[in-house]
Amino acid sequence: MSLKIEISLVLNETKVEASVGVTESALELLRREFDLCGAKLACGEGECGACTIIVDGRSRNSCLTPAVDLDGRDVMTVEGLWTEKGVDAVQQAFINEGAVQCGYCTPGMIMQARYLLNRNPDISEAEIIRGLEGNVCRCTGYKKIIAAVKGASRIQEGSPG
Amino acid sequence: MLPQNRFPPVITEYVNATSLEMALEALADGNGTPLAGGSDLWAQKDNGDGRIGSRLVNLNRIDELRGISVNNGFVRIGALTSISEILENQELAGSVALLPKVADRFASDQIRNVATVGGNIANASPAADFVLPLVALDSEVEICSNGRDPRKQALSEFFTGPGKTILGADELITAVIFKIPQKNFHGVFCKTGPRPALEISLVAMCLTGELHNGILDNSRLVFGAVGPTVICCTNTESLINGSQIDDELVAGALDMMAGEISPITDVRASKWYRTHIARTFLEQELIVCRSK
Repeated sequence: MSLKIEISLVLNETKVEASVGVTESALELLRREFDLCGAKLACGEGECGACTIIVDGRSRNSCLTPAVDLDGRDVMTVEGLWTEKGVDAVQQAFINEGAVQCGYCTPGMIMQARYLLNRNPDISEAEIIRGLEGNVCRCTGYKKIIAAVKGASRIQEGSPG
Repeated sequence: MLPQNRFPPVITEYVNATSLEMALEALADGNGTPLAGGSDLWAQKDNGDGRIGSRLVNLNRIDELRGISVNNGFVRIGALTSISEILENQELAGSVALLPKVADRFASDQIRNVATVGGNIANASPAADFVLPLVALDSEVEICSNGRDPRKQALSEFFTGPGKTILGADELITAVIFKIPQKNFHGVFCKTGPRPALEISLVAMCLTGELHNGILDNSRLVFGAVGPTVICCTNTESLINGSQIDDELVAGALDMMAGEISPITDVRASKWYRTHIARTFLEQELIVCRSK
């Protein structure tokens, strides 16, 4: 029986509590306790970005994030981007561009794109390519993904994608 | 379920430290493992390498370990400062641009946002990118423990082998400190690997010094991933210092450097390839110095 720690956090704008294993990753916690299966386990060692989430405004690999360290933090997963107002600009842009092939990398790509646009709404193509370096698409559909992030930037500004 | 060749550590106690004092107390009996960003520790934890003690000591809420300050010509980087914070720091961008440049080559956004300066040092990978410029800047590591005075150790003497350091089991790195370099400071960082991001360096090099009229003085030549620890090529430095960088000096420096590094062949690259890249980096950067 491994050691359990009680934590509370704000998860997708809702305050939640959980009992977490001391060696558990944030990724395991999200999927086990909260049924949030957007973040994906792919490489499990921070190489691919499929598990990207945003914690206290910074993107990170949830597979390498100790679940216990989420205590008191503000956590956003891809599920949190879809609100009453509809899908997020990044999600809409991915739909518009058809920037999804097998889909496994998509939630991580969207979260990293969200992070990049939060920091710089007027992001250049070079900055997008650079910012997505930690996310791997094994279908290699990068062109549409990059176009989608650019499109999201335009949607945010109010022009029609 | 974990694959069968994995061995999750047995952790029986968790301390969420809110002050340095609390962390040092939790580490005092030598059974504690400090947790900073977790990007190394969580990737290693299931490999059964025995480096995780029975008490996990979370440092992430200790604000006094964070941040970059400049005082009396010295820069102090708190151990918990992330690589992203180095990359975004305006003060460093002006006075020690080498550090943000290295941070820019470090892993990915997601890793830079959590990986810490102290963690990159404590993990003691021979391929730790951020260690190279800090060694080249003659940094000292500030080390604290419960009930003893803090001590300072030259970073160049901190590492004893892959994953091994002089840090005691009850000790914690609290900061790195170095002098702001001179106005004519020249510092470059080169690394190579199979992918632009997230590459574990096959070879990394940092060359620094005071550069005037094509002559490098007080140089530091530090290599990563070509030996069991970061390698300081002190003989090559002596050869370079104060000499006109002509073809003869470059050739001599390359040969001397090749004798000071000790690369191995492993899954990532061969000894021959590593030596070749090390020579290429040094030659390229000495030629850059010559033209300045």
